[in-house]
Amino acid sequence: MRGLRRTGSTPLSGLGHFLLAGSVALTLATCCALLFGEITVTPREALCTLANQLFGLDLPVDPIREGIVWHYRLSRAVVAMCAGASLAICGVVLQALLRNPLAEPYLLGISAGASTGAVLVIVLALGAGAVTVSAGAMAGALLAFGFVAALSFGAGRGAERVILAGIAGSQLFNAATSFIVTSSASAEQTRGIMFWLLGSLGGVRWPDAGLALPVLLLGLSLCLYRARALDAFAFGEDAAASLGVDVGRVRAELLGLTALLTACVVSIVGAVGFVGLVVPHATRFFVGPAHGRLILGSALAGAVFMVLADVLSRLVLPGQVLPIGVMTALFGAPAFAVLLWRSRGRQ
Amino acid sequence: MSLRSKNISWTSGGATLVRGVSLRGPEHGVLGLVGPNGSGKSSLLRLLAGLRRGTSGAVLVDQRPIEAMPRAEIARRLALVEQHATTDVAMTARDVVALGRLPHRGALGCWSARDEEVVEGALARTGMTRAADQSWATLSGGERQRIQIARALAQEPRELLMDEPTNHLDIRHQLDLMRLLPSLGMQVIVALHDLNQAMAFCDEVAVMSEGRLVGQGPPAEILTAEVIRKVFGVEAMIGAGPNGPRVSFF
Repeated sequence: MRGLRRTGSTPLSGLGHFLLAGSVALTLATCCALLFGEITVTPREALCTLANQLFGLDLPVDPIREGIVWHYRLSRAVVAMCAGASLAICGVVLQALLRNPLAEPYLLGISAGASTGAVLVIVLALGAGAVTVSAGAMAGALLAFGFVAALSFGAGRGAERVILAGIAGSQLFNAATSFIVTSSASAEQTRGIMFWLLGSLGGVRWPDAGLALPVLLLGLSLCLYRARALDAFAFGEDAAASLGVDVGRVRAELLGLTALLTACVVSIVGAVGFVGLVVPHATRFFVGPAHGRLILGSALAGAVFMVLADVLSRLVLPGQVLPIGVMTALFGAPAFAVLLWRSRGRQ
Repeated sequence: MSLRSKNISWTSGGATLVRGVSLRGPEHGVLGLVGPNGSGKSSLLRLLAGLRRGTSGAVLVDQRPIEAMPRAEIARRLALVEQHATTDVAMTARDVVALGRLPHRGALGCWSARDEEVVEGALARTGMTRAADQSWATLSGGERQRIQIARALAQEPRELLMDEPTNHLDIRHQLDLMRLLPSLGMQVIVALHDLNQAMAFCDEVAVMSEGRLVGQGPPAEILTAEVIRKVFGVEAMIGAGPNGPRVSFF
């Protein structure tokens, strides 16, 4: 227990309470995600479905409703959790590594690249149907990250170089996306692309969770392993190096990891904004700046936030599903403003 | 002789900032590194700290080239206090000092009673115990400098490297800090601007000019009117002061 002490300004109980509250919130949010939607499912039906699927029981449930709960809503909730947690820890890592409070997962040009990849597949039918939109997005994301990495490496050392290269990369790939959309997309394609650009959990099924969950667990473990190194970045790269951190290696490792996590999320649910920027800041108010606790707390908070945003996106307009990115921004921005306002005078 | 550089040079962005410097670390006490702006003091300190790799020559720690040492081992051996430490992270003073234990803890090691003891000891030696729970952002310049020194002490190094630690401090804090250095009981290499501070508080001085080491030895022998004229381009007179020799400028 003492292992975590002294690395943060709040006592360990702060993290304990936060994790407990987060777990309860996550459970409740998942319950809502299973029950609410266009078709309302009773708690009994949901429980029977879970019992049947998880423990191989044979309780009587309407097979259509069982299908909705298990194949549609639970897989969707799991992917939402993974996506929220992944984006949040990417935000934590980038804010620490680049020493910039505005850093967020899309800073490295990843979402811009993913959009270009997806649009190429949707509009130009690149890959002649053999390539899915997700695969196109993943390829575009990694290509954009490679471009940004090469550019920042060529421009020399330093966090600000990475940020500038990221902005250049994002602008370039966003321009390419707009060019393709305006020059050759039909109205219907444009609508589909818009939805994808703002994020959508609509088509998500279990295989997506099978990709998102292992990638998240891998990312979470590596980030926790590097949490102390991230603490050392508080006073900059030279300070971190003089505290025994192999700066070049840690930076390459973690930038690569955030690229992988973000590319994975974007390829499944599209570019959901705001989570990676806001959740780490909000979590910091509760658990303090030490990265071990911040990474755990942010992952949990991101998961809860995303599941709730998904539930709301299904409920706000009856008969319609809003893009999830709209919900994360609509609810995230005011919540963040309140936190920001309440924290005034703390510094 | 534990820390020294052997004929080290460093070129960055086309400019040669350090030219063939062979510096002996101090046997004991405080070595002051003086020289005009841009004479290569900061660069030399970074080379000695192993943060930059020399283009030629070597930095030796107990006869071992510093590049051959793992970073964490270097961090347990020597600590660097930078000129101006800034952060946006909302940390307390004690959190900052605790960073100094990172090279001893590794990625997963627990916070031990010994870590606690070293951190409290470092705070006490720098006179910062009372401010330990204050937020870093609320500390004054002098307090921040002391906390950074406490952080460096928490690394339990044998050598302490400091880059113009008295910059931005008022005169009282400057003197407090310079008096603190000999009391730390370790080998200190400190880059300084004020020649009188170098005279008064250093056991040895090394003079840098245009990337070269002009001389190294006891302050009274090295900081002569002639050297000051040649290196700094000002006329100076060395006279007797209340605490030993003093430099006066014309």
